[in-house]
Amino acid sequence: MSTITLHDTHIKEDHLHGHHKQSFLTKYVFSQDHKMIAKQFLITGIIMAVIAMILSILFRLQLAWPDKSFPILETFLGKWAEGGRIKPDFYLALVTIHGTIMVFFVLTAGLSGTFSNLLIPLQLGARDMASPFLNMLSYWFFLVACVIMMASFFVQTGPASAGWTVYPPLSSLPTTIDGSGTGMSLWLASMVLFVISQLMGGINYISTVLNMRTKGMDMWKMPLTIWSFFLTAILGVLSFPVLVAGVVLLIFDRSAGTSFYLSDIVIGTQVLPNEGGSPILWQHLFWFLGHPEVYIVIMPALGISSEVISINSRKPIFGYHAMVYSLVGITVLSFIVWGHHMFVTGMNPLLGGVFMITTLIIAVPSAVKTFNYLATLWRGNIRFTPAMLFAIGLVSFFISGGLTGIFLGNASLDINLHDTYFVVAHFHLVMGSAAIFGMLAGVYHWFPRMFGRMMSDKLGYLHFWITFICAYLVFFPLHFLGLDGVPRRYYAFTEFEFMQKWVTVNVFVTWAAIVASLAQVAFLFNFFYSIFKGKKAPQNPWNANTLEWTAPVEHLHGNWPGDLPTVYRWPYDYSKPGAEDDFIPQTVPFSKTMSSNMPHDFEGDAEAERIQTKWNLAQEKLVKNPQD
Amino acid sequence: MYYFKEMSLRKLISNKTMAISAVLVSAFASTSAFAQEAAAGAAAAGGAKPVDMGPIYKSAIFYTMLFLLLCLFVAIVGKAMRVYELTREAQDKPEGINWNMINAVLFAVFLVVGLYGVYWEYTVHGNMILPEAASEHGKKIDQMFNTTLIITTIVFIVTHILLFTFSYIYRHRGNRKAYFYPHNNTIERIWTIVPALVLTVLVLMGFLTWRSIFYKVEDPNNKPLSIEVTGSQFSWAIRYPGPDGIVGKKNYKLITSLNGLGMDFTDKNNLDDQMADEIVIPINKPVRFILTSKDVLHSFYLPHFRVQLNTVPGMASYFEFTPTITTAEMQAKTNDPAFKYVLLCAKICGQGHFNMQRTVRVVSQEEYNEWIKKQLPYINNDLRKAFDLPIVPEAPTAPADTTVKDSTATKTNQLALKK
Repeated sequence: MSTITLHDTHIKEDHLHGHHKQSFLTKYVFSQDHKMIAKQFLITGIIMAVIAMILSILFRLQLAWPDKSFPILETFLGKWAEGGRIKPDFYLALVTIHGTIMVFFVLTAGLSGTFSNLLIPLQLGARDMASPFLNMLSYWFFLVACVIMMASFFVQTGPASAGWTVYPPLSSLPTTIDGSGTGMSLWLASMVLFVISQLMGGINYISTVLNMRTKGMDMWKMPLTIWSFFLTAILGVLSFPVLVAGVVLLIFDRSAGTSFYLSDIVIGTQVLPNEGGSPILWQHLFWFLGHPEVYIVIMPALGISSEVISINSRKPIFGYHAMVYSLVGITVLSFIVWGHHMFVTGMNPLLGGVFMITTLIIAVPSAVKTFNYLATLWRGNIRFTPAMLFAIGLVSFFISGGLTGIFLGNASLDINLHDTYFVVAHFHLVMGSAAIFGMLAGVYHWFPRMFGRMMSDKLGYLHFWITFICAYLVFFPLHFLGLDGVPRRYYAFTEFEFMQKWVTVNVFVTWAAIVASLAQVAFLFNFFYSIFKGKKAPQNPWNANTLEWTAPVEHLHGNWPGDLPTVYRWPYDYSKPGAEDDFIPQTVPFSKTMSSNMPHDFEGDAEAERIQTKWNLAQEKLVKNPQD
Repeated sequence: MYYFKEMSLRKLISNKTMAISAVLVSAFASTSAFAQEAAAGAAAAGGAKPVDMGPIYKSAIFYTMLFLLLCLFVAIVGKAMRVYELTREAQDKPEGINWNMINAVLFAVFLVVGLYGVYWEYTVHGNMILPEAASEHGKKIDQMFNTTLIITTIVFIVTHILLFTFSYIYRHRGNRKAYFYPHNNTIERIWTIVPALVLTVLVLMGFLTWRSIFYKVEDPNNKPLSIEVTGSQFSWAIRYPGPDGIVGKKNYKLITSLNGLGMDFTDKNNLDDQMADEIVIPINKPVRFILTSKDVLHSFYLPHFRVQLNTVPGMASYFEFTPTITTAEMQAKTNDPAFKYVLLCAKICGQGHFNMQRTVRVVSQEEYNEWIKKQLPYINNDLRKAFDLPIVPEAPTAPADTTVKDSTATKTNQLALKK
């Protein structure tokens, strides 16, 4: 297929793009094309993930070998690692920035930003997003947020160090920890810009899904990826502003002498003037976003896995409607469970009871999704592409991490488990493993769509197996540390006798983490090398049904030359009995697949049913009387 | 085969050779450098001593080189496989390595090894966790934990067996066709309702336990011992109520270097409040902790008793429980004569967060009575001056006077307890 340039073809719907000539800047840097923006989000997300991963290795070194000195650390970290040993407050800065980058920049922007941008227009049959300009801005606000966050490493007092949850008063008073000085101000600025970026993106995604679906693409014909991105965007648009509200109040407390979160505080012998505020207010405002945030992280990963598992099992996703309703259920319920992060804050115990009830309800739709994945695999025809491996890995991590959520959601059990390694193990399994595997599955699966080339699948297998095994080796033992009462965010285990028995486990976990991080080199090399030297991708390398595979491999501004595709069927006609191939793309009308049409395909259209019945009868006659 | 000769081979050789040569040369160069250094070290040490690899193993470059070597090895194996695949293709033979089969088998192996790993973890690390709960409500929590553990473990094992055996059994091979099975509403209903029921049971258990902890009905014949704990960067201040059983009022605005807690000594109840550097509580008696903070959030965490609550500046929070196992008994139970209960901080509070320890001891009533007698009161003459209270003359022979004071204290203590 020849490359078609914009000014050669008269595209009917193309009233959005007046410009014809693209400079390097407008094509690669300030692009308004959703596909390029998706790649920008992805590459920035990958770079931030590598940085945050390195930070985690640094603090794991401290935990495994608290008495050893590593001179190279002093080379890079200077006074923060004097004598080759990380300082306690810099340790806290490391865990803070690791968490912040991973949750927000990698798993929210890197995951939603990439795949929503790439797939929403392509899978819906739209030329681009509802507002390409707003889309471009959403990337640039994100990049600036990343730069500001990393800049906090270069200020004298260091980055924010009060944990990624930055609870006041620790985060509002620079006298309580160094990182709450300039570093914390930078953190707050970065987060405001980040939220702006997410809101711009979210509004775009919602508008596009609601308004720009192509002919025939009604809501119940959308792939599950789109459903998950759509609901994730709704979650984000409704909950991120509350974080901004909390952040603004914190900025006021830090700089304008207000007392939203502060009261009755004495630092040393200095009595602070603030009265009447409560740190618990911050926690409510933070977790009102914080809880939906974790569903913002996992839902796109679940949507991607639905697609990848279905395509690679050559089977429809089991229970498409149930999957959609589960996502809706999770979306709605996620707004009323935030208090389960606050069971032991000292808030009114009544709230503890209420939030426990709502939290355990939200386990139900998650369970339904897991069972549906298993049912999709059942009697499938499974093809182990690297994407499929990661999707199966996601299901495993989602089960493991999700089940420990049941312990933590129970307020009484949470009393002893809150702020221990049990929580760390739980969220690293669901977010740090399941969600990141969803992202990786998406990268391996849609790489041909993004770059027109194939990644090496052997390197993909190597990457998967080492990462999968090592992730379990790192996080499974941590549950037991938590069950022994070992708190999180502890610089060293050296001060408590009962923690000594876990020191050898720490060494093991650190080694597993080091191996896991080295395995990512296989991915990074594969990814960047294949962009330039990968085998050229065919039109539809996975034999999938969805619309993105009908757009030309060479990128087109406006996605399809000529008219937009029309959609006739849902995306999951895989291995349909009576069909010629084991897949039927959404763009194939029912008139072309008479032998495999089923009654409920026609959704009550009497005329269509009549035609089908007539054809069926004619077939039966032919079988009975095989003349001609 | 045209492309094989034309494109790949030549460029392959030139680019990869350069890269490989570069790695080998630098590896060789650095090993020579290390060897020279080591040899120099050995020479300086005088004579034909073995090379001292110590400094080399400590250098980051060594491990970087090692990793690059590993990458090189992987690349070589990868290229060998590629050559094998290409020759199979060139000879029009079917695919040499069945990667689908390999991955399917790996999942099956992972299932077996993984299940064993889980068993090992549960038995080995599972035996290293906290001993039985040393409090009344803690026993209920542990029961609920066990119930939850059994249910979740069963689900964990069953779902993983399904996941990995399905992956293996239903792998693509030959002319396999998948079974078109888009939905089944009945089964959806079943696996929605069953989890909902199980979770409802767990919620009810949790709710009742929670209520019994935080909505305890006070028994007038068994009033709890009040102890106030104040978290600060980076230690816990422990205040006993003294013979009157009431912890006196404090006000953060009164904090000075003399009056670390800001106790308001115009409140009579403060006059007998006692200091302690460890928490000592009598067995089988309810104790109610009044939790406050002087600066930032801390978390009052007594893991052995299943007690945790944040200390919040500006707000007092309360946790009441009854200890049921003495320190001595627990030492016997855990076979560890050095065992002790601890208080630790479980909410990030600054650079000393990891080092806020206090010992907690559960003792018999008699031992407690003995111990509490010896705890010094907060009040002293400097504080009396500060609060315009009449100064008490310091007795010259401390022991005699303290005995007098002590006996009165004991008497009042016993009276208080009899209440």
